[in-house]
Amino acid sequence: MKRWDLRRVLPMIIAPIAALVLAALVSSAALLISGKDPLEAFSAMFDYAFGPNSGPDVTTEILNKATPYYLAALAVAIGFRMGLFNIGVDGQSRLGILAAGALGAASFLGVVPGPLRVVIMIIVAMAVGAAWAAVAALLKVYRGVSEVISTIMLNFIGGAIFAYLLTTERLGVKAVGGEIVSTPLLKSDSWIPGMSLFAGTANKMFGFAFVAIACGIAYWFLVGRTRFGFDLRATGLNPSAAVASGVSPKRMVIATMLLSGGVAGLVALPEVLGRDHAVTTSTPALGFTGIAIALLGRNNPVGIALAALLWAFLDVSNLPLDLLDIPKEIVTIMQGVTVLAVVVAYELAARVGRRQQQRSVGAATGEAAIVTLGIPAAIAAKLGVEAVSAPVEPPDSTAPTDPTVPGKHREEQS
Amino acid sequence: MPADAVPSSAGGPPAVELRGITKRFPGVVANHDVFLSVSGGTIHAIVGENGAGKSTLMKILYGMQRPDDGEIFIGGSPITIHSPQQAIRAGIGMVHQHFMLADNFTVLENVVLGAEDEAGIGAGARKKIQQLSSQYGLGVDPDELMEDLGVGDRQRVEILKVLYRGAKIVILDEPTAVLVPQEVDELFGNLRELTREGLTVIFISHKLDEVLSVADAITVIRRGTTVATVDPKSVTARDLATLMVGSELPSPEARESTVTDIPVLTINGLTVSTPAGRALVDDVSFTIHKGEVVGIAGVEGNGQAELVEAIMGTRAARGSVQLDGNAIGGWGTRQRREAGVGYIPEDRQRHGLLLDAPLWENRMLGHQTEPPNAKGPLLDIAGARRDTEQIVAQYDVRTPSIDVTAGALSGGNQQKLIVGREMSHIPKVLIAAHPTRGVDVGAQAAIWEHIREARRAGMGVLLISADLDELIGLSDSLKVIYRGRLVADADPDTVTPEELGLAMTGAAAGSSREESA
Repeated sequence: MKRWDLRRVLPMIIAPIAALVLAALVSSAALLISGKDPLEAFSAMFDYAFGPNSGPDVTTEILNKATPYYLAALAVAIGFRMGLFNIGVDGQSRLGILAAGALGAASFLGVVPGPLRVVIMIIVAMAVGAAWAAVAALLKVYRGVSEVISTIMLNFIGGAIFAYLLTTERLGVKAVGGEIVSTPLLKSDSWIPGMSLFAGTANKMFGFAFVAIACGIAYWFLVGRTRFGFDLRATGLNPSAAVASGVSPKRMVIATMLLSGGVAGLVALPEVLGRDHAVTTSTPALGFTGIAIALLGRNNPVGIALAALLWAFLDVSNLPLDLLDIPKEIVTIMQGVTVLAVVVAYELAARVGRRQQQRSVGAATGEAAIVTLGIPAAIAAKLGVEAVSAPVEPPDSTAPTDPTVPGKHREEQS
Repeated sequence: MPADAVPSSAGGPPAVELRGITKRFPGVVANHDVFLSVSGGTIHAIVGENGAGKSTLMKILYGMQRPDDGEIFIGGSPITIHSPQQAIRAGIGMVHQHFMLADNFTVLENVVLGAEDEAGIGAGARKKIQQLSSQYGLGVDPDELMEDLGVGDRQRVEILKVLYRGAKIVILDEPTAVLVPQEVDELFGNLRELTREGLTVIFISHKLDEVLSVADAITVIRRGTTVATVDPKSVTARDLATLMVGSELPSPEARESTVTDIPVLTINGLTVSTPAGRALVDDVSFTIHKGEVVGIAGVEGNGQAELVEAIMGTRAARGSVQLDGNAIGGWGTRQRREAGVGYIPEDRQRHGLLLDAPLWENRMLGHQTEPPNAKGPLLDIAGARRDTEQIVAQYDVRTPSIDVTAGALSGGNQQKLIVGREMSHIPKVLIAAHPTRGVDVGAQAAIWEHIREARRAGMGVLLISADLDELIGLSDSLKVIYRGRLVADADPDTVTPEELGLAMTGAAAGSSREESA
């Protein structure tokens, strides 16, 4: 068996594809019920996203949408790998971006060169996200509060703090003539320039995408190649075995929560640094999308990237459906079914993989069993029994049990 | 025993008959071509090594697994059993190895749970229980609270549960695993009582002496198939063992002494308490020297698990633990392991393995900070893989590759991997909890040999086991634990399993620490 055994990997690749096909079928059924042509809907979506007319624009938009999705899913995945459910990416990212946005535009940092200010913003966003996650971590470690509960509640508190601070009396400003409250506009030297990917569009891909890619690589390295990552995975696979192996569960919970919260702090930065140049009340919080994408991508850095792209495609390309009088919500159905189906499909794939492995172990080690099946003839002769290695009749004939004393037990034999 | 109380089976059909039962499972030993004929009113033992397929066979009979092939006859008529409910209706009852009882319920409540239709849940049920209890001499009081009962009593409640549901054929899966020798004798008395009343007992075990003393007929299973059915009167334990394994029975003898007078692990006044203040491990003190195996005998649940966890640092404890002169009582588990404490945990799947991770990652577990698994803060994957290959070869782990998951291996091979992993770090002291539990005879002998070898090289061993032969055979000194206290010392050269068993029931507590000799 090779390191990358196809029989083991194949089910893991088939699973998400099967889930997607199922999701497409279910949404097709929903469309048919409402009297629409599913093929028309899907082809309109594809045409909008990748066709010659709107393709260059929309594909770039999909990439830009996928970048924060990717970061949100990475944040969730870090926790998932050790069996920790950080539902609080939402609150962590909001507070992180608000702190970063306010600081980045603050006049006292005006003297700092732009690129350095970007670095400061990144660090601050991560630190604040991590600090908000630390509340849940400390509650879990010292008070036994489930992180699921505490992070959900901290989302509400974080959202309220965000709303409280982002008002014109505090951190917010209102553009002249506008109604939108935002942090002051960043100086243009701390904008991250975009990249033109396609001809025929003015849209540019966020430069922050490279930071997201770097985060993905760092995640892969940390989880797969470091001692810390091993402790993390071991805790996720078998907490009690991890403890017995010397992992300190408390330290692990805190470290993982901090990391997860830190990445969560980055979620809104691509848009703020690359497009909006300010934090607005509509700056998105993507915690729950992140959970769905992490599930879909199997906590794998490449899988998450593909899942984030798919999610972004579905979110962006539903625009033309309205024109065809097809309800957009069909995309939401598709996303929901995909996540449900993928969870089931991965579990099935894991079972199939496990069976394959057992079979291969059985095949490799079972050979000897057949050879030694029969009783050595000498022993059989001594005991007066027949070897039943190939029995063709019930063993009554081979059973020397004395039928005349069926109920009698034997006396103690020394 | 009056033979006339027994329905004669000489003329009638067997109570249970299996013909050509075959069950295929991926990878694990399945059943194939199983032929079994159990006469009514007898105790029929089924023996075989762990993993030989005994339990699967009984699960088939009890409707928990469906055979791929073959026929089942009850009282001469063919029957298909798809669920335990059907099995119960056919008069088949099963007493599982692990009791399925609610502690905070009374005996009555436990018995009627799920069988409320039989005789209600009140006076009728109580009367039926009392009647069954006296008829079969079980001595069960329906109003006693389950948590107040000992292991032997609980087992009788389990048997009563089965009888209450009208079973005429009672299957007992390794019923003696949790009992001390005295309780085993009581159980056998109960079983004889059952057969005297005309019931049929199928008794699964791998303890040959017990089987020989209680069974009327013995069927041997090896590698998933019935090898022979023999009369216990005409065979010896050694014959049976030979049938079971196809080779000679190994013995754990470790007689040539390698004990030095250099202490390697010194435990002093170790105490583990529940949050409520009850002592689970109570003021335990002992010393393990280099080259010494110290065995701890005791009925499970008397503080052995907590003692081990306290030494490993996964459970808070008071008292002092010294490893090679260093006080390690305040250290974390990782620091202790790095300092040379090897650990073979009691429950390998829960505490010793990552079942869904490949073998080479499991080889790192517990030593993920040490070479060859790590270089600085990074993992040394190539080093770990190389070393895993070596462990697989040296410890005879049967696997097609080191990339299969640990969960795909059989229990014995999982255990060999753990033993190899711990040994290859040359621990100063090895904490071995039930190192050969659930391991087949061949692997057992190999594990014993590895422990003996390491002991010769100067390793100290704390051996905790339920297998008294293993304890007596491997240990240089023996201690008996009872309710968290070390209540007796025994000399493994002279003590018998019976004496040890008596001490394990607490008989020696408070009287003398000189149990043996």
